[in-house]
Amino acid sequence: MSHADPLASATVAPVATAAPVPRAQPGAFGRLLRSELRLVLGRRRNVVLLSGLGAVPLLLGLVVFLTRDSAMSGQGPGFIGRVTENGLFLVVASVFVCLPFLLPLTVGIASGDAIAGEASAGTLRYLLVTPVARARLLVVKAAGALTFVAAAVLAIAVVGLVAGAVLFGLRDVVLLSGDTVPLASGALRVAGIVAYVGLSMTGLVAVGLFFSTLTEVPVGAMAATVVVAIVSGVLDTLPALDAIRPGLLTHHWLDFAELLRIAPDWGVVAGGLGVQLAWVVVFGSLAWARFTTADVSS
Amino acid sequence: MSSAVLDPARVGQGSGDATGPLAVRTEGLTKRFRSGQVAVDDLALRVPRGAVYGFLGPNGSGKTTTIRMLLGLVRPTAGAAWLLDSPMPEAALAVLPRVGALVEGPAFQPYLSGRDNLARLEAADATADPRTADRRAGEALERVGLTAAADKRYRQYSLGMKQRLGLAAALLRPRDLLVLDEPTNGLDPQGTREVRHLVRELADAGTTVLVSSHLLAEIEQVCTHVGIMRSGRMVLQGDRSVLVARGVSRVRVTTTAGLTGAAARVLAGLGLDEVGTDGLRVDALLGDVAPERVSAASVAAGVDLVGFEVRHPSLEEIFVELTGEGFDVAR
Repeated sequence: MSHADPLASATVAPVATAAPVPRAQPGAFGRLLRSELRLVLGRRRNVVLLSGLGAVPLLLGLVVFLTRDSAMSGQGPGFIGRVTENGLFLVVASVFVCLPFLLPLTVGIASGDAIAGEASAGTLRYLLVTPVARARLLVVKAAGALTFVAAAVLAIAVVGLVAGAVLFGLRDVVLLSGDTVPLASGALRVAGIVAYVGLSMTGLVAVGLFFSTLTEVPVGAMAATVVVAIVSGVLDTLPALDAIRPGLLTHHWLDFAELLRIAPDWGVVAGGLGVQLAWVVVFGSLAWARFTTADVSS
Repeated sequence: MSSAVLDPARVGQGSGDATGPLAVRTEGLTKRFRSGQVAVDDLALRVPRGAVYGFLGPNGSGKTTTIRMLLGLVRPTAGAAWLLDSPMPEAALAVLPRVGALVEGPAFQPYLSGRDNLARLEAADATADPRTADRRAGEALERVGLTAAADKRYRQYSLGMKQRLGLAAALLRPRDLLVLDEPTNGLDPQGTREVRHLVRELADAGTTVLVSSHLLAEIEQVCTHVGIMRSGRMVLQGDRSVLVARGVSRVRVTTTAGLTGAAARVLAGLGLDEVGTDGLRVDALLGDVAPERVSAASVAAGVDLVGFEVRHPSLEEIFVELTGEGFDVAR
């Protein structure tokens, strides 16, 4: 509320001696958020992790480049065969390679550490007595984790684009259907793929954040988050579970390929993002319910 | 507010229950952990405004859990707590800006410098003025003698420097109440003296200080009030006089050989307990008998007084008597 109603505040004041609630300074939320982002993005472990992810497209591009005229040319997981035709596909291939494990690992580290890391360092109690409202801290922590995951996906994409352009050149894009679209349109589709993959991580971020409120051991929360992604991937391969598979966290991750069709089925894309939204709502609520009531004894 | 000023008349009152305005109050405060262990049991804490309250007890007696409940970190199983007349944890956001706290040792981001760690807490404090943040952090560092090491990483700090940074964080803003849990932990004797000096200085400026320790000697000299916990319960609380009154003085009469028997009879005749002798001296619990009655009665009975001594137990002795045996933790 931006203005105080004098009548309301007079009737609400509980005791004559109780102090008025101090007014928050303008930009208070932004200051905490900036501090959090500096902490997350400035931390050496996280910088190393981002560099490692950025190295993936570089390595992938070099391997494909060096083997392009050999018998092994074109072998490997999907999209890799197309990289030699068009450097733009190095972005798609790199994202595809990172999806099963490296990105979930990144999400696990970023979100699992969010609350548990502060708890294990003991800094959580000092933030809370500063005071910071618990809900506000949770939102800032979620924003920090999401920013880091976004930075990770972008690191892969940007290095992939540059390495692809240098090694293989950029040209008009031949889609999965065989149609060709101009480079600008193709680049937009690849940007859409990167965005879809980034948003596909949000459900797992919420899961990790919830785990992070349960423990004072950050490594435990990180590992549990990665395990959830892996188990989800395994369950997704079981035909017996057809009824629940569409709701699994990882089920729609590869639907980014939809954006490489001449006429993408936007319903598929929206469905994938909707599942993520549902996971965010459920586990975000659980994290909120847990964190706003938990005893902080670390 | 006048209530924040030290009130000598109030501090001097000898009652266990403070009646004036209170900076900290709890009623029936209880914490039972999920393990079933009762860490704090029906606690009625009374910290008068302007007091320096020594919160004492052995390790594991429930002091830190109490402090965590006061600050809204841990929810009580039963009972209620008020800080500066505001209910906790409900009013945490309103009242905690006026409260500086050191809880169970300092904790900061290890890879940030001392100054950057304070900047992080400043950024987290929604109601502090960001324009004065750097100046206030600099002053707080100066106050705890950490200016020279302000830009070193926290990881490289010694235990004493970490403790000082914790104090600096508590002093980032002017506070009406300071809650300091074991503030002298890890400090050398010189550092301990500095903390005592700091506490006295803050109290003189009108800040109420709740300072916990398992070592009475470290804070005895600065306290106007004490509360002693044992196994989750408050065993004694009030201003310093209740502690002194709690200790029972002993009287010792030294006389010449052959007269100890007569001296012992005099003491017993006055109704003193635990009368004993070692051949030359007779001693007994004084109780509420005036010492001058003992000397007068001895002289009247023809006992030559070579020496006459009334011994008050030290606060340390009383503390040990109340909290149990020396080094053992409570449970």
